[in-house]
Amino acid sequence: MAQAVGERVGASANGANVAMSIDHVTKYYKTKTGQVHALEDINLQIKQGEFVAIVGPSGCGKSTLLWGMSGLHDLSKGQIVLNGTPVTGPRPEIGMIFQEANLLPWRNLRQNINFPFEIKRKKVGPYEDRINQLLNEVGLAGFENKYPRELSGGMQQRASIVRCLSYDPEVILMDEPFGALDAFTRDEMNLLIQKLWMETGKTIIFVTHNVTEAIFLADRVVVLTPRPGRVAHVFDIDLPRPRTIDETFSPPFIEKVLEIKDTIMTGVYTPRS
Amino acid sequence: MASELRETIPTFGEAGGEEGGAGLTNWSALTGASTAKSAGEIGGLILVAVLLIGGLELAVRHFNVAPYVFPRPSDIGSSLLNDFDSFWPHMKVTIRELLVGFSIGASLGIMLAAIITQFPYVEKIVTPYVLLLVTTPMIALVPLLMLNYGFGSTPRYIAVTLAVFPMVMINSATGFRRTDLAKIALARSYGANTLQIFAKIRFPLALPMIIVGLMVGSIFGLLTAVGAEMVGGKNGLGNQLQVYASLIRMAQFWAIILLIALIGVSIYVIFFWIGKRWASWQA
Repeated sequence: MAQAVGERVGASANGANVAMSIDHVTKYYKTKTGQVHALEDINLQIKQGEFVAIVGPSGCGKSTLLWGMSGLHDLSKGQIVLNGTPVTGPRPEIGMIFQEANLLPWRNLRQNINFPFEIKRKKVGPYEDRINQLLNEVGLAGFENKYPRELSGGMQQRASIVRCLSYDPEVILMDEPFGALDAFTRDEMNLLIQKLWMETGKTIIFVTHNVTEAIFLADRVVVLTPRPGRVAHVFDIDLPRPRTIDETFSPPFIEKVLEIKDTIMTGVYTPRS
Repeated sequence: MASELRETIPTFGEAGGEEGGAGLTNWSALTGASTAKSAGEIGGLILVAVLLIGGLELAVRHFNVAPYVFPRPSDIGSSLLNDFDSFWPHMKVTIRELLVGFSIGASLGIMLAAIITQFPYVEKIVTPYVLLLVTTPMIALVPLLMLNYGFGSTPRYIAVTLAVFPMVMINSATGFRRTDLAKIALARSYGANTLQIFAKIRFPLALPMIIVGLMVGSIFGLLTAVGAEMVGGKNGLGNQLQVYASLIRMAQFWAIILLIALIGVSIYVIFFWIGKRWASWQA
């Protein structure tokens, strides 16, 4: 199976610039109860401007893979190459969006958005217009002085999206960002992400356990097997854009959902005739 | 320092460590009191104060209570007004001892807590001694300190420093132990170094508990300053308590007690507002 995936990816890599290449990534980590084999020989190539979703059963290492891409975690074997340079630590080209909004509760919204600039010792000035435009776009204009506890869960996550996009990273890694939100807010956020992605053309890698969300957003959906995580199959999603929430109830969409769910359950892809 | 991050994906939405919970409880216990807002509440406060003091005045007069048991509140009040000029130099002495000892003790306490919590092994070794300092009343050392440093301010500065430092340290350490890996990961994803993670994540996260420590420490410092003055020396509010008690001038004695209480309440109010301004995100 892994070989078949390699061929597929190799073919697509010829078409456009590869933003990120994941080569033979294996990860073990130690816990109190012993060693865990989280990832086994993951190979994947992600094109510039592509939207890739990673799904899999819980504990399959999909978050571990994403944290490896971010440079926050070390790998046991293999390497991740971003724009031609192996990732060995956090990189300025990468922006990360976390589970829950992860805003700093002692800073108001505006100060939270300025946080990356403070750490990077960059002036906010040249990005001021961009930030205000983003705040407008996500509907947070006028909330700049509010503290996180005064904002709803959806507003907090929108703020964290603005924080991530504010400094204009090329690659955005999203780690189950909407898992804690209710279904309606999640739909709203997915529409927003699709819109922002279509406007900015960023490369987005999106980890989720929600198959519908993955298909709705992604160009390709990568399914991982249970631990140790291997690539079970990579699904191309050819649905036209912009996609609507209504389409997620259409028969071809549901067919895809079932196909992917089946692959997650069995760890093997078997085409539904 | 962020090495704990290299292997784990943090649990989101909660600051780590059992200490965090204790911190929250401490914090609300110290500043949870509400402030009076409406005219009705303020009126009620004044009414109760008038009834209390007036009732006391009437009771003392009616039962002919001897002044050495309890002087008339009106006498205490007139002593506060008439003798304040002679109290004030002593009050300045006490406040200066408190400020000097507090500044040194609090700085030491915060610095040591910040350093020590980075090294759990060192922390385990040092903690018993800090506990010893917390539980030993530093006034007990004053006779010894006076033997070595005379009757001036030095032994008092030292005693106040020793009283403030462990209180600030133990509370600050609780604060610095509240690591939130998700927030550290956030900073690291922007390339933050250890110093930035300390200044922008660990310190603000610890700040509510540091403020609790400063408040508790300053009140312990006041107790120790007054106590040290009572042990010996020629000035300070504690010394004046001894003087007026020996002269059985109880109106003056009680006036000084009120001045000491005033310093204590001022400390509380100052830290209450500091807490409101810098730590209200936690409430």
